[in-house]
Amino acid sequence: MRPRRRPVSMRVPVPVLTSDPVPIRSSGDVVLLRQQVRARAIEQAFSLVDQTRIVTAASELARNTLDYGGGGRALIEVLKEGPRVGLRLTFEDSGPGIPDIELALSDGYTTGRGLGLGLGGARRLMNEFYIESKPGAGTRVIAIRWH
Amino acid sequence: MDRIPILKMGPFLLVTIQVDMHDRLALMLQDDLTSRIADTGAKGVLIDISALEMVDSFIGRMIANIAGMARVLDAQTVVTGMQPAVAITLVELGLSLPGVRTALDVERGMALLRSFQDQPDEAAPPPRVDEGAGAGPDE
Amino acid sequence: MATSRPTFLATVLQENGAAVLDAWMREQADAPTLRPDLISEAELRQQSSELLQLLGAAARSGDPVSGVGWDPVREFLSSLSVSRTAMGFTAVETATFIFSLKQPIFEQLRAVVPDGKRLVDELWIATTTIDALGLHTTSVALEARERLILRQQEDMLELSTPVVNLWDGILALPMIGTLDSARTQVVMESLLQRIVETGAEVAIIDITGVPTVDTLVAQHLIKTVTAARLMGADCIISGIRPQIAATIVHLGVDLSNVATKATLADAFRLALRRSGHSLGRTAPRKDA
Repeated sequence: MRPRRRPVSMRVPVPVLTSDPVPIRSSGDVVLLRQQVRARAIEQAFSLVDQTRIVTAASELARNTLDYGGGGRALIEVLKEGPRVGLRLTFEDSGPGIPDIELALSDGYTTGRGLGLGLGGARRLMNEFYIESKPGAGTRVIAIRWH
Repeated sequence: MDRIPILKMGPFLLVTIQVDMHDRLALMLQDDLTSRIADTGAKGVLIDISALEMVDSFIGRMIANIAGMARVLDAQTVVTGMQPAVAITLVELGLSLPGVRTALDVERGMALLRSFQDQPDEAAPPPRVDEGAGAGPDE
Repeated sequence: MATSRPTFLATVLQENGAAVLDAWMREQADAPTLRPDLISEAELRQQSSELLQLLGAAARSGDPVSGVGWDPVREFLSSLSVSRTAMGFTAVETATFIFSLKQPIFEQLRAVVPDGKRLVDELWIATTTIDALGLHTTSVALEARERLILRQQEDMLELSTPVVNLWDGILALPMIGTLDSARTQVVMESLLQRIVETGAEVAIIDITGVPTVDTLVAQHLIKTVTAARLMGADCIISGIRPQIAATIVHLGVDLSNVATKATLADAFRLALRRSGHSLGRTAPRKDA
C-alpha cells in the first residue's frame, strides 16, 4: 500500500491508503480479493459484522466483474473524512456494460447482469454505492462502508 | 483441486465447510452431495458452516439448491453453526434459505434430522411456522 | 512561503538548540496549561528535546512546512497528540505545547539575525511554521477526542441492555427506554452473540419498557428474529403495548412470521414448552 499525504483541511473524504489494483480474472482471484478486503477491514478496526458486510459486498461485486464483465480489477482504499474512516471498493471492467442499471439493481433480475441479489445486495450492505456503466463502454462500481 | 469431504453417519451425510470456497468448489460440492445422496439413499444432509466467516448470494444459493435437490431425493437438509455476523449479513442481503432448516450446532442438527426420521410422514419442511400473536396462555 | 535560501530558523535550532530547549521548558512551566498531574517534567523535557531535533532536521531540508521534509515532524506531533488525548489532555493544552515554542525561537532570532528587514522575514517564517504545526496538532487531537467519545458511547450502549440467562437454553433481553436505530443494532448483535455463547435455542425480547417503536426499530427487531432463526434459534417478542401494536399495524410491518406475546410471563411459558420443559406445582397454593 502506498501512503498518500494530503493536508488535513476540509471534511472531504480523502484516500489515505490505496491498494495496487487487484486483478479479477478467475474465481481464485475472487477468494484472494475477499481475503485482502477482510485484512484491510480488520486493520481499520471495523466491527465483525461490518467486516462481514464489506467482504460479502466485495464478493458479490467481484463475481459480477468476473462473470459479466469478462474480468477486470478491483481497488481497495481507506478513506478519511474528519474523524470518520471508510473503506472504498472500486470494481472496473471493460465488459459489455449494463443497459438498464435500475433493472440490474432490482433483486431477482437473473438474465445478463445482476444475477438476482448481486448488485442490489451489495448496495444494501454498503453505505454509499455508485455505478457508472454504458453498453459497450465497460462498468465501474464504487461502494463505500463507513465506520 | 481439493474437494470438500462428505462423511456418512448412518442414514445421514455430514459436510463441514472450513475453507473460503471459490465458486467452482461450491458447485462441485453441490454436485458431489447430490450424487452421494442418490448413491447412498441418505435421509438427511447436515451442512456445518460454523467455520464460514462469509456467506454470499452464490453460497447461499448453493445451500438452497442442495436443499432443493435433497428434497427431491427424499432427504432433509439442516444447516448448522451459522455465525451471528453471517446471519445478520444474509438477512440484509435479502437472502432467505427456503427449505433449509437450521440448528445451532452439529449435535442439535443431528437430533433434528433424527426427529424427522421418527415422523416419516411429515410433510415437506417449509420455513418453520411460528405461533401468531396469540395472547392466550395455552397453545 | 517559498524559501529557497536557508533560514535562520534552521541555524538557530542547530547551533542554539540547548538554549532554546531551556527557554522552552521555562515557558511550558509557566503556562497555565501545564499538567504536572498527567506528565512529568522529565518526560516533557524528553519530548521537547526530540521535537526540537526533528524541527532542526526539517528546517535544514529547505522544504516549506507542508512539504515532505516536515513529515517526520508531523508524524511525531500526530502520535504525541493522540497519546496526550488518551491521557486526558484537551486539544488546547496539547497545542499550547507547540505554540509556547514561539517565544524562545523569537528571542534567538532577534539575537542572531543581522538586520531588521531580514528579522521580520525570519520571524514571519518561524511564526507561520509553528502555526501550521500547532494547527496540525490541534486537528489530530480533536479527531482523537471525537473517536474516543464515539467508542465510549458504543460501550455505554452495550452495557445498558444486558442479556439475561433466564433458564437452561432460554435467554431474555429486557429492553427499556426509547430505542434508536444505533442502540437497537448494538443490542441485537450482542443478543445473537450470546445465543452462540450459551447455546440457547430461545430468546425472549421483551419491550414492555419501550414506550414507542418506529419503522426502523421494528425492522431491526424483525431482522434480529430472522437472523436468530438462520442460526438455529427462535425469538419471541413480548410486552407489546397496545400503542405499539397499533403503530406496528399502522406502519404495515409484517410480524406474521414472528411469535409475539403480551407479557414476559406468557413468553416464558411458551419458551419452556418449546424447549421441552414443563412447570408444575409440587405443593398446594397457600391461599390467605
